[in-house]
Amino acid sequence: MADVANTGTIHDIGYQRYTGQRLGRGHAVRSLYVYSFRTVFGMGRSAKAKIFPFSVAGILLVIAVVAAAVKAQFKVEIPQLSYVDFPGTLSFLLVLLLAAVAPELASRDLRNKVLPLYFSRPIGRDDYVLAKLAALVTAVSLILAVPLFVMFLGGAFSGSGLSGAWGQFTDFLPGLLNAVIYAIVLSAVALLIASLSSRRTIAAGAVVAVFLVTTPISGVLQVVGTETMRQLASLFSITGILSGLRNWLFGGSAEPAIGSFGPLYAGAAVVLVALCTALLVYRYRKVAS
Amino acid sequence: MHVLRSSDDSPPTGTYGQVVAIITTQGLTKRYAERVTALADLTVEIEPGITGLVGANGAGKSTLIKTMLGLLTPTAGQLRVLGMDPTSQGEQVRARVGYMPENDCLPPDVSAAEFVTHMGRMSGLPKTAARERASETLRHVGLYEERYRQIGGYSTGMKQRVKLAQSLVHDPDLLLLDEPTNGLDPAGRDGMLDLVHRIGTEFGIAVVVCSHLLGEVEQIADGLVAIESGRLLRADRVSAMTTRTAVLTVEVDEGTDALAAALSERGLRIGRDGAALVTPVESDSTYDLVRDLIVDLDLPLHRLEERRHRVAELFNTPSAGGPTNG
Repeated sequence: MADVANTGTIHDIGYQRYTGQRLGRGHAVRSLYVYSFRTVFGMGRSAKAKIFPFSVAGILLVIAVVAAAVKAQFKVEIPQLSYVDFPGTLSFLLVLLLAAVAPELASRDLRNKVLPLYFSRPIGRDDYVLAKLAALVTAVSLILAVPLFVMFLGGAFSGSGLSGAWGQFTDFLPGLLNAVIYAIVLSAVALLIASLSSRRTIAAGAVVAVFLVTTPISGVLQVVGTETMRQLASLFSITGILSGLRNWLFGGSAEPAIGSFGPLYAGAAVVLVALCTALLVYRYRKVAS
Repeated sequence: MHVLRSSDDSPPTGTYGQVVAIITTQGLTKRYAERVTALADLTVEIEPGITGLVGANGAGKSTLIKTMLGLLTPTAGQLRVLGMDPTSQGEQVRARVGYMPENDCLPPDVSAAEFVTHMGRMSGLPKTAARERASETLRHVGLYEERYRQIGGYSTGMKQRVKLAQSLVHDPDLLLLDEPTNGLDPAGRDGMLDLVHRIGTEFGIAVVVCSHLLGEVEQIADGLVAIESGRLLRADRVSAMTTRTAVLTVEVDEGTDALAAALSERGLRIGRDGAALVTPVESDSTYDLVRDLIVDLDLPLHRLEERRHRVAELFNTPSAGGPTNG
């Protein structure tokens, strides 16, 4: 409040009513989607906010470039870095990424108490949370898709002709689809957890914890269980469900063994996403405006 | 141009001119969990201009605002904002209403320009228009130079201005300001009140200012609505509240009747208040007239007093100390 005395002259230029277009709720939701997508990458904010997302995206890209180079140079494919195995192999990086960016989307608005400003506008509570979720899914999909595409370019142009390129393409597409499935499941879980805390660090820790805690459970069951038990064990971990589903839908690595329980893994993934989304919507209907 | 009416005060005649009420409520009631009554049978009309919504903390001001935004559904009664029902047309109402919350609600790590632009788009403005309106609105609230700085580095007064700018960015027809002077020092408070006054007059936007400080709202408002425990205490124009009671009290030790007759003869309306005479102050000449008559009649003057009530006094009720107590 340095120069209150001056304000009279500062805005003495006259107010003009806005007579232009007013787009409705749909426009607001789309704008929030774009804005949230930018938030994931720290755009519109300081350089500090950009470090983590771009680092993870960069690491994934470097790994993809190495894999593509190895494939082109030595004509061997690193099995863990095949198109469909790429997200599963690097899932710990994805978990770290989500632990960093999901709180940016959910906890930050809770912490800054920005929600009353959103909810006093045409946008609804459900719109808000679904736009955020969609933005996160898109961002994670993109972060996975770019390395996959680089691998595809490397594979397609490393000399085995048109049929080779086509073969790469038919491998690349399921890989892309798999990446989107990973993005949907991981984002839904991470955003729900992040929405429960207004403290970014706590939310980040909770996201990592949920992913990490569930993994040993399935690990233990893998070891001690019977054959059937082992095939079902991965259902107890979020990344396990994704690996099992990938195994059933797209093949790739034989781990985890899922026997004939493929549809069960698909069902688990669907239920997990639906449950997390429903809880997110419920959460934001309850949150104070 | 600004008329406020409550059903208690004067029954609506239906012929109150061409001014259309911005907000009307009819028996509006909001109960939480069947026990807490936040709004009780509130019937009031708010017309364009600046209206102060005064009441102690917990009187139901915020509940009323959230109901007007369609964020809370009334338990009973009717409410129309800008001619629409917020419960069923919340989206349309919120597109034309600007809301400035009482508490902090700004992200520290973005610039004011970026944030206000974003909020403009959330209100339905196209991308370019949102950016232009954000710049212009920030200029109007006096933050043009600083608009690319991060909000976290702003003073409380500047943050309040950003909050005001985000409520104004989409050029609403109605602005709901919840305690806009919250946390400001006296200079900042005056600056903010000045700004709100300008919005209500020069910008031509209807403004409802919530405050628990009557003295503050009184300075800028055309009309006042006072609520207490969710009930309407009084609603009227500020001018009506002050001028209506601007009366002169004259007390003479003897010759009261003679004075009364003489005053009536000169065209003054005379009332009695115990031993004293009361007459409305119509112009400055009233004082001279009264003085001259007393001198002419050679009466022993005991008391000559103007009773111009402050609005605060008018709100005083036997049940409570008035809405000014915070």
